[in-house]
Amino acid sequence: MAEIRVPTLGESVTEATIGKWFKKPGDAVAVDEPLVELETDKVTIEVPAPAAGVLSDIAAKDGDTVAVGAVLGQIKEGAAGATKAAAAPAAKAPPPAAKPATTPAPAPAAKTPDGPLAPSVQRLQTESGISAATVPGSGKDGRVSKGDMLAAIERAAAQPTPVAATAAAVQVRAPSPPDDAAREERVRMTRLRQTIARRLKDAQNTAAMLTTFNEVDMSHVMALRTQYRDLFEKKHGVKLGFMGFFVRASVQALKEIPAVNAEIDGTDIIYKNYYHIGIAVGTERGLVVPVVHDCDKKSLAEIEKSITEFGRRARDGELKIEDMQGGTFTITNGGIYGSLMSTPILNAPQSGILGMHKIQDRPMAVAGKIEIRPMMYLALSYDHRLVDGREAVTFLVRVKESLEEPARLVLDL
Amino acid sequence: MAYDLIVIGTGPGGYVCAIRAAQLGLKTAVVEKNATFGGTCLNVGCIPSKAMLHASELYEEAEDSFGKMGIKVGTPSMDLPALHKYRLANVDANVKGVAFLFKKNKIDTFQGVGRIAAPGKVEVKGADGKTQVLDTKNIVIATGSDVARLNGIDIDEKRVVSSTGALELPSVPKKLLIVGAGIIGLELGSVWRRLGAEVTIVEFLDHILPGIDSEVANQFHRMLLKQGLAFKLSSKVTAVDKSGKTLKVRVEPAAGGAAETLEAEVVLVAIGRVPYTEGLGLEALGVKKDNRGRVIVDPHYKTNVEGIYAIGDVIAGPMLAHKGEEEGVAAAEIMAGHAGHVNYDVIPNVVYTSPEIASVGKTEEELKAAGVVYQVGKFPFSANARARANLATEGFVKILADAKTDRVLGVHILGPDAETMIAEAAMAMEFGASSEDIARTCHAHPTLSEAMKEAALAVDKRAINF
Repeated sequence: MAEIRVPTLGESVTEATIGKWFKKPGDAVAVDEPLVELETDKVTIEVPAPAAGVLSDIAAKDGDTVAVGAVLGQIKEGAAGATKAAAAPAAKAPPPAAKPATTPAPAPAAKTPDGPLAPSVQRLQTESGISAATVPGSGKDGRVSKGDMLAAIERAAAQPTPVAATAAAVQVRAPSPPDDAAREERVRMTRLRQTIARRLKDAQNTAAMLTTFNEVDMSHVMALRTQYRDLFEKKHGVKLGFMGFFVRASVQALKEIPAVNAEIDGTDIIYKNYYHIGIAVGTERGLVVPVVHDCDKKSLAEIEKSITEFGRRARDGELKIEDMQGGTFTITNGGIYGSLMSTPILNAPQSGILGMHKIQDRPMAVAGKIEIRPMMYLALSYDHRLVDGREAVTFLVRVKESLEEPARLVLDL
Repeated sequence: MAYDLIVIGTGPGGYVCAIRAAQLGLKTAVVEKNATFGGTCLNVGCIPSKAMLHASELYEEAEDSFGKMGIKVGTPSMDLPALHKYRLANVDANVKGVAFLFKKNKIDTFQGVGRIAAPGKVEVKGADGKTQVLDTKNIVIATGSDVARLNGIDIDEKRVVSSTGALELPSVPKKLLIVGAGIIGLELGSVWRRLGAEVTIVEFLDHILPGIDSEVANQFHRMLLKQGLAFKLSSKVTAVDKSGKTLKVRVEPAAGGAAETLEAEVVLVAIGRVPYTEGLGLEALGVKKDNRGRVIVDPHYKTNVEGIYAIGDVIAGPMLAHKGEEEGVAAAEIMAGHAGHVNYDVIPNVVYTSPEIASVGKTEEELKAAGVVYQVGKFPFSANARARANLATEGFVKILADAKTDRVLGVHILGPDAETMIAEAAMAMEFGASSEDIARTCHAHPTLSEAMKEAALAVDKRAINF
């Protein structure tokens, strides 16, 4: 018998909901064949079969909530399926017990550095059966310490699997009049939607959030884009969009105002001297924020390529957990839906989010004359606990200046 | 031509900062007011005092221990001028080393007193009175510290001396009175006691070595008494009368009461050090200082004035060369756009006496005050084979670990070669190690470092050799 278990789901993800079983008990399965779909806070993943054989037992049914490491079902190894005897040729079946109980996950293991474990951690891993790779590390560069292991063991002991129905969510809504009730539809929120809801509210509850505005004359960036659009696409194989300019302008401004790129940790402030910019992308299933890493070291073309690729993968539901981790600042563009002005909510624990909006021709006073200019309102929501008003306003002014005079981006001004 | 960075002061903080900045591609210059580089540490601090400590320790060993090991050398004698020559040669080699490193890293050097005329402008006034103004993007203040003085007591560096003068005494004083039982007082007191002086140390507090784990300090106090140092605790020196041939030192109880007069040939004032920012022009620039005269910096070592940074003894924190060095490196990295950082929880501290004291992390007193529940693992050098062979069995290693997570919170060593052994503890703590991690790491036999492993085992009450 090989157990099918919930794989490691990435940092801070401790449980998942069963989306759909692809197989029924009694079905023959090949090794690595997808068995069941799990929905997590961040992504949907498929659990592959740890061994070839027959699915003999399903322990958690569709809609159940399960913890990391929980048993999902059993595979009777090597047994010929009742329906498709040839589905699992014996020669291809791996030797029994060759696979560990926890299947190799398509999702990444928790972020642990390469190299050997501390001796105490090795001992505790062997004695408890809890893999150090699944434990979030508090040590230098995320290393797992003895204390982290002891805490994980304590947690595991206190937490029976599967997780007791967290769905016992309070439903306090008063019943509607029968007439109306018949015309209502009750739909369960997806995990992603629940997570979005919780995180947005957490951000509002935690941060001292407020928004500052400015506006930017887009004519220079637009002219630049018109002039080089074809050449750029020919050379780099990617369209020259606006987002790359905004990312570059933001990175430049973040360098000058490090607080906007920082986060609060207890009574400390963590300044991040790296620039991982999250780009909010709307998908059919909800909002996701893939992260373009090290934007300060990437060319405009590289940034545009990453964004285009993320956009495609977000549409196709192919974003992975690691694609959405580690952001230090976020850019959201309500303009694609026509928004003229908005107050974005922070992507906690980040301290700043830049809102882009619709470009609209407006009459502007330029050198004493009225001219029609393509204008965009910019919004910066920030956490006033660590970002001062002066810093937030300066940040937005820098973004504006860089976009109105793109030469500044080249000259590092 | 404009520099990316000018460092004022070339002590361990300043010169290391300059070299790191140059490594990262910043066009760097240093300004030094003294004739040689290296600051207090290399010229009149850590380096020359270690020469004196080493020589005087060997001298005493030749007197006391050689016979026990069968070495016959007769009665050793001390040629003090030769000792001073050895000390100066040592200093010379080190300061020249810094000059060489500046050249190697293409760092421009300016000899003279630096003043920050304005952000981005450093004025250097040479010994010849000529001034020049240098342009720079950033400035690092690394001007270090100066000897703290006692009200009404004039330091002439002949009979009433600071640590600087105490290194250069031309003859062994018959009676040496030291004000302050801190690290400097105990180290230099040990030197002159071993060379033959009768040493009395007056301390304002009721214990020696403030800030050191009290079990260590108390045990060490007893060792020093056995070595022949005399102490007057809870006492203060209020006046030194220089009129006679011998100095008459007025000592009063700290709490008030009848004064007494002690005689001494030399008085050493070793009550600490104060930040040195004189002549930098900080007041005119509006650079903020705290109530103890330390330059206030943010976590990026930036002062409140754009483009001006400060590191080392002029800012808050322990006045230690290696703390300044770490800050110098971090500040240079931050200025070059990297992620510089100093872990202030893991800064080792060493007292170079005999035996030595070395510590890193929290003391028992600090843990108790913070309400942390901890375990103690202790191992005496008397149970360590190598210490016995070396005839150096005094002292112990003590490890303090969190009772729940077993994470090492503090390590305190009183004993032979503590200065070297503490590095292992610092490395372990930097990586968040538990005492079990140290205990499960193989240590060579027979070495003093086995005492560290045994102390780690003792946290779990399973020391093998004790």
